[in-house]
Amino acid sequence: MSAIAKSPWVVHFNCSSCNGCDIEFLACLTPFYDVERLGILHVGNPKHADVLVVTGSVNHRTARVLKNVYDMIPSPKVVVAMGVCSSSGGIFAEGYNVLGGIDKVIPVDVFVPGCPARPEAMLDGILKAAAILDRKAREGTGVATVSAAKPVINLVPLAADAAPAPAAP
Amino acid sequence: MQTTATSAFPTRNTVIPFGPQHPVLPEPLQLRLVLEDERVVEALPAIGYCHRGLEKIAEKKDFIQNVYLVERICGICSFMHSLTYCQGIEELMKVDVPSRAKHLRVVWAELHRMHSHLLFLGLVSDAFGFENLFMQLWRVREHILEIMEKTAGARIMLSVCSIGGVRRDLDDGQMAEVLRVLDRVEHELEEILPTLMNDYSVRQRLCGVGLLSPDKAHDLGAVGPTARASGIPMDHRQTGYAAYGDLGGVTPVTETAGDCYARIMIRVRELHQSAEFVRKAIQKIPAGPIAVPVKGNPDGEVLVRMEQPRGELIFYIKGNGTRNLERFRARTPTFANLPALLHMLPGCQLADVPVIILSIDPCISCTER
Ligand code: SF4
Repeated sequence: MSAIAKSPWVVHFNCSSCNGCDIEFLACLTPFYDVERLGILHVGNPKHADVLVVTGSVNHRTARVLKNVYDMIPSPKVVVAMGVCSSSGGIFAEGYNVLGGIDKVIPVDVFVPGCPARPEAMLDGILKAAAILDRKAREGTGVATVSAAKPVINLVPLAADAAPAPAAP
Repeated sequence: MQTTATSAFPTRNTVIPFGPQHPVLPEPLQLRLVLEDERVVEALPAIGYCHRGLEKIAEKKDFIQNVYLVERICGICSFMHSLTYCQGIEELMKVDVPSRAKHLRVVWAELHRMHSHLLFLGLVSDAFGFENLFMQLWRVREHILEIMEKTAGARIMLSVCSIGGVRRDLDDGQMAEVLRVLDRVEHELEEILPTLMNDYSVRQRLCGVGLLSPDKAHDLGAVGPTARASGIPMDHRQTGYAAYGDLGGVTPVTETAGDCYARIMIRVRELHQSAEFVRKAIQKIPAGPIAVPVKGNPDGEVLVRMEQPRGELIFYIKGNGTRNLERFRARTPTFANLPALLHMLPGCQLADVPVIILSIDPCISCTER
């Protein structure tokens, strides 16, 4: 196992979720579940991360941000979709501005079901992602950018989005 | 970077984006902060990242399915949303909810308030850089989630409130367990909270930061703990919905300072108030059925208000005698508190921005639905 898979760094992005999955993901960090004992570190900057954890379905406004966050993560990288919203759109799939699951915008490696997904399931998902990360690192795959990997659906640039960079300052 | 000439010496204002992906915010809120050196001159919100068109989906679904939908307005106070929605529909359909169900609703609502306040206190500690406190407060919060799972079957989305009552009953053993957990939580908080309340560095970060005067709080329509921290005694539990009327009424917890510290103190004191409510509700719970059957479809319009952990929640529900609602509208507390937040930010230091934003306990999922 390569070093990267022993200590994957995770960044969390809330696409447009109801918060249920987010607080369960945060609960994973706290003493009861404690992902850090498995070597997993939660970071705030996508440029430091190996694993992208996304909660919530993607809508027209977050599609661009999600794509940017994904592109900012250095390769090799893996994506975990937490909860049914990010897997398929879930209960919000029929919303008029909801595109559906995040796999509409970026490639996804692990889908974690549940509404909200239980912390145990999330831990399992991240560990599965770490194994995929290890494989990608050894095979040298997973370096493709999102634009090459997926035909991105019609991301209309919003005037308000054009000016600042969307990631953390 | 843009240059403005406000005085004889041109100052250079910087605009930095805060969010939508930001370490202190679990949610995608974006604020454009206009800075002069390290001082914030203006804060411009850019919202809409969390919009899911929930009000429109509510019109497509059956009014009974909507109970599950409205829970997903926000995961942190999911039970409060389903309770408000059920109360609205019950008012429209003139359903008389059994007293036992009302008491059980109070038990779950107050447990939810406790978990939400602990979550908030943890996040705000993380925002001013006290990660240890964050971990400890969330450790205590797990006890409450655990008891919710034992009584309602889920940690976050309880789905236990239904039109006409509740879906699960508590037996004596479960009630004793709830009381035991409350004692344990309060005992553990006794050890942790003094650090939050009295620590020198914590007070340095919180006292006098993000001031909101009572007049401004009133004018800007602040609600909930944000208003109460500025000395406005406003708490919708005073109207006595569910079983609050039978439990001896509610005295709002207020503070006078109107700064971040006061807003945190409100939550600390409300934790004990909520625990008292759960105890009282369990003590006074009457025997009887937990739900009544509901027939027919809602017709007419209704406005329901209730107190969420973050403040006053308003639902407007309009039915037209069919299975589907004609209109559903939600006004959530963070939406009401945003003008107050934008008033607090100008003049503060950039380093205080995360603390001030978190001190109103923003819930963007609610706000943008
Ligand atoms: S899967 Fe469920 S809990 Fe998670 S964000 Fe979606 S609606 Fe909320």
